[in-house]
Amino acid sequence: MQIAQQILFVIALGIAIYFFYKNVSKIRRNILLGRDEDLSDQPKKRWSIMLKVAFGQTKMVARPIPAVLHFFVYAGFLLINIEVLEIILDGILGTHRIFAFMGPVYDVAIAFFEILALLVLLGCVVFLTRRFISRIPRFHKPEMKGWPTKDATIILITEIVLMAAILKMNATDQILQARGVDHYANAGSFPVSQYLVPFFDSFSTSTLIVFERVFWWFHIIGILVFLNFLPYSKHFHIILAFPNTFYSKLKPMGQVDNIGSITNEVKMMMGDPSADPNAPPPESFGAKDVTDLSWKNIMDAYTCTECGRCTSVCPANATGKVLSPRKIMMDTRDRAEEIGKRLDSGITEPDDKNLLTYITTEELWACNSCNACAEACPINIDPLNVIGQLRQYLVMEKAEAPNELNMMFTNIENNGAPWQFPATDRDKWTTEL
Amino acid sequence: MAEKIHVPTVAELNAKGVTPDVLFWVGCAGSFDERAQKITKAMAKILAHLEINFAILGKEESCTGDPAKRSGNEFLFQMQAMNNISIMNGYGITKILTTCPHCFNTLKNEYPDLGGNYDVMHHTTYIQDLINQGKLTFGKGDYKGKKITYHDSCYIGRANGIYNAPRDILQKLDAELVELKRCRSNGFCCGAGGAQIFKEAEKGTKEVNVERAEEALETKATIVASNCPFCMTMLSDGVKHFNKEGEVQVMDLAELVANANDL
Repeated sequence: MQIAQQILFVIALGIAIYFFYKNVSKIRRNILLGRDEDLSDQPKKRWSIMLKVAFGQTKMVARPIPAVLHFFVYAGFLLINIEVLEIILDGILGTHRIFAFMGPVYDVAIAFFEILALLVLLGCVVFLTRRFISRIPRFHKPEMKGWPTKDATIILITEIVLMAAILKMNATDQILQARGVDHYANAGSFPVSQYLVPFFDSFSTSTLIVFERVFWWFHIIGILVFLNFLPYSKHFHIILAFPNTFYSKLKPMGQVDNIGSITNEVKMMMGDPSADPNAPPPESFGAKDVTDLSWKNIMDAYTCTECGRCTSVCPANATGKVLSPRKIMMDTRDRAEEIGKRLDSGITEPDDKNLLTYITTEELWACNSCNACAEACPINIDPLNVIGQLRQYLVMEKAEAPNELNMMFTNIENNGAPWQFPATDRDKWTTEL
Repeated sequence: MAEKIHVPTVAELNAKGVTPDVLFWVGCAGSFDERAQKITKAMAKILAHLEINFAILGKEESCTGDPAKRSGNEFLFQMQAMNNISIMNGYGITKILTTCPHCFNTLKNEYPDLGGNYDVMHHTTYIQDLINQGKLTFGKGDYKGKKITYHDSCYIGRANGIYNAPRDILQKLDAELVELKRCRSNGFCCGAGGAQIFKEAEKGTKEVNVERAEEALETKATIVASNCPFCMTMLSDGVKHFNKEGEVQVMDLAELVANANDL
């Protein structure tokens, strides 16, 4: 019986790891559909940003209530994993609470995990309440209809169920320990699950062993299933938040990279001797599809957990325009997924869609380039960067700027100012001093 | 008013064999927009008052290309940038002062890559430096105790992380700074950025500048201080939308500083 459980466990673990690895590899491939961009400079600074922003969650504090609740769930996730390690070792080796030899340290740890589990559970309940009872507006924008909302609900309910399983497992375990049942040596202290003991105390020892096993299996299988849910879910941010903040933009937020191939063209036009006449002319300008974006833009998209802080601070969105920075990131991810799925089924020829099938020009032209979205993102996603590249495509490839902007361009070309004033009047103000 | 101020061009100084210590980059709004010209004049008066060796490019100045770049016209941006750089490098310009956050951002952050390396300052930090060096003092206290609110422009605030200099200046003016509900890194755009000022806004329920002006009026401040000629336009229009232009003034920091010195 024991050995059968061990074999089953190893098989389950193997399957879970295999599928997780496979799906993460697909996401990695989809991210690398983007063009190259070297973001390996200043590693020290990058580590420190990652530690502060992802590990230390410094950008979450701007909104204190969700920050505290999220911290519970996050700390729970990080620390309860230590217990998951024990569960995995027990599962493989057929032991029970293999770390129990640590004595009082173990007791304190288990007690601490129980309190964390309770906090995670409470955190998730409040999160569900905020979403569906107080109906915080940012969770109910148009792009949240359908799967995104379902996704969030699945995540929160799964976490509640998993935490409940840990606590119930501990409740039955401590009864078995107290009854001196073989294999259930005295270990751990249970400040939370002790209150569940009365619900189970009346059962016979053999029933309790079944209960304990069921909760144990339910908890670990639940974790393995949840692990494999991650690549299909916005919850993948728990992994990508770290690399994504590592590859944060280090330059001032207002800086937008100059397109190098255009620099060479302009230099040749101006007869600059430093221009390279043999450089290949630029193939295309800006981004029409995710494959034209940088890999970092696509990583941003896969990192997004759809919290909507960006959209809630966007001046265009706040004044009723269709632009939602969160939707820009969700569309980018969905389009990368779409291309990825085609690759999975072996289709190599391009489809008739692109990123602009998902994002309308009305959204793009409503942007104020104010950087509120990028500033608000707790894990340094930069929606403005995607918007900028799509605008470049619209203007330079399609010549589809709004008419007023075309007039502005003409004015700059003709008289060096965005308005139609004669260049000779530029210093007229000096005569009025 | 004291005697007429002469604002030299770089070319004019160059002919005399002089290089200005500071190039005052006026920008298109500062040159042509009637309201923004007042900011330009205030800044020029401050510079002249302190006898700083400055000059403008005059007719040789041309749009930095910023609105083209934000709209996606990288070609036009780089052409403007490289023309401007060749002129400024030709004169050996090393230090640039500008009263426009958009010019500031692009000159400081996007020109170096194209060969234009200058020490670029926006007038908020420039004035703060002058105050810190003791060159600029305020004796009269025109604004003492006056309720002033301050609007963080996106391109000085979030885009370049300058939040304290403008507030320090207001403090030096002895004004009572009343913060807007959304301020500093959480500041709310005036609605002009991203080349929006050059076009009609997309369909929505409200204009961005009206939303921001409403917030400014809620502070009950009598002066809304700004640091950007485009914010100036947007906020002034927003205040007018509520028919409050008689009670509430939108003023650039340079204007407040010049006024406090009777310039």
